[in-house]
Amino acid sequence: MSEKRFLFAGFGGQGILFTGKYLAYEGLLQGKEVSWLPSYGPEMRGGTANCSVIISDTSIGSPIITTHDVLIAMNLPSLDKFEPETVEGGKIFVDSSLIGRKVARTDVDAYYIPATQLASDKNLPGLANMIILGNVIRQTGVMDVADLARAMRKIVSERRQDMIDLNIKAIELGYNYQ
Amino acid sequence: MSEKVLMKGNEAIAEAAIMAGCRHYFGYPITPQTEIAAYMSKRMPKVGGVFLQAESEIAAINMVIGVSATGKRVMTSSSSPGISLKSEGLSYLAGCDLPALVVNIQRGGPGLGGIQPAQSDYWQAVRAAGHGDFRRIVLAPASVQEMVELTFKGFDLADKYRMTTLILADGTMGQMMEPVSLDMGEVTATEKSWALTGTKEARKPNIVNSLYLQPENLEKMNRERYERYQKVEENEVMFEQYLMDDAEICLVAFGVTARVSKNAVDIARQNGVKAGMIRPVTLWPFPKAALRKAAEKVKAFVSVELSMGQMIEDVELAIRCQKPVLLCSRAGGMITTPDDVLAKINEANEIGG
Repeated sequence: MSEKRFLFAGFGGQGILFTGKYLAYEGLLQGKEVSWLPSYGPEMRGGTANCSVIISDTSIGSPIITTHDVLIAMNLPSLDKFEPETVEGGKIFVDSSLIGRKVARTDVDAYYIPATQLASDKNLPGLANMIILGNVIRQTGVMDVADLARAMRKIVSERRQDMIDLNIKAIELGYNYQ
Repeated sequence: MSEKVLMKGNEAIAEAAIMAGCRHYFGYPITPQTEIAAYMSKRMPKVGGVFLQAESEIAAINMVIGVSATGKRVMTSSSSPGISLKSEGLSYLAGCDLPALVVNIQRGGPGLGGIQPAQSDYWQAVRAAGHGDFRRIVLAPASVQEMVELTFKGFDLADKYRMTTLILADGTMGQMMEPVSLDMGEVTATEKSWALTGTKEARKPNIVNSLYLQPENLEKMNRERYERYQKVEENEVMFEQYLMDDAEICLVAFGVTARVSKNAVDIARQNGVKAGMIRPVTLWPFPKAALRKAAEKVKAFVSVELSMGQMIEDVELAIRCQKPVLLCSRAGGMITTPDDVLAKINEANEIGG
């Protein structure tokens, strides 16, 4: 049985829930079982926000996870809180323009992407989330880079073709970041 | 089959209601069910329906009474404290034998409590909400797909038995997204000869009323109503069994805790403990016969609930206390983990000898 559990975490407004939704939709389009579960409530209004996404070959039991295979941390409180809950051999992706410290665990793979800085440099405002996701896609192989547009079209209106293009550009930037 | 889409539980309920022919929604915002109202506010005008944000939960349920009396499909939704406010209206719906769909996306209580998920309105749903002798059908979905299916079916049941159907879910179920197929087929049309549609001077006026000052008449009404409830108990019980064939420990869980419990059952079996689960889909009528049958075989039961222990009493009643029933509980918005459930399975396995 193959099941991958992702946790996206950061500030409200960083597009955390959207990033997770995009990945969940891609899982659906791959014909897999998926679930997407957000933290909800006051933390969405400017505090920390997170969402978990499960992509599985078989039906998903609990949508609530207490550990995860992949952590995407977009602020320090998120890394502090969720680093210990990452499974051994898991992957942690850090927005290194917002998080000064390194991952302390030595039994996980850590990736540092200055996503917020890159978004600012490349004129992709507010798309640090998709830049870091690009690197997640490269390192986990969760989806084929040729399929980037299809899930985006499901969650962004056709009328916002400009937004679809910008999001995909951001993912590609993160995908190719060395 | 239509293409699957990714939907939040709350939105899926709203869309399923529209598919079921509901064109009247009355509500008042409260976390964690607000997406139902938000979705209805967008969709209802597009399908020629009515979305109305009432001045309070009490106003909303009374609007439901009014529309239902005209024979139209109608719904309201809220979360725990809001359902308490609707209690009077729920009783009047029953007293007038009016069908309606009510949704409770539960949060922690009592009082204002919190906004995180809970199942502590079990008693309220199956027994308490509203005064007088009456029952309501209570459906407990455990996936977003089931939220669609049970909402659709809930309207049919409400019409068929002239009762309120209550969808009892929790904040997790309301907020999570899963793939759903919205292919529900045809809507069942129910003849509503009792509805207030205008006589056109061709028939005697219908009267929708819950006031019976003559006790003989009121008792007669109650007895007739309970004959109908009896039919619901005979015909409409729904439950799912998971690995019960050779189970020695039987978990009983509904909604999101059934999902968590399924994981625990799998882990227990890997460890050599024969666990299984009965998941009530209808909380009323409760799957008493299935539990009684399980009691003949299993060593012990574990009731898994996001409450201080409410459904456990119905489990004990159903099995006439023939076997030990343990409680696995988190409350106040906290969520049970598979490890919590596993620990209880192991404890039950030891007690059961």
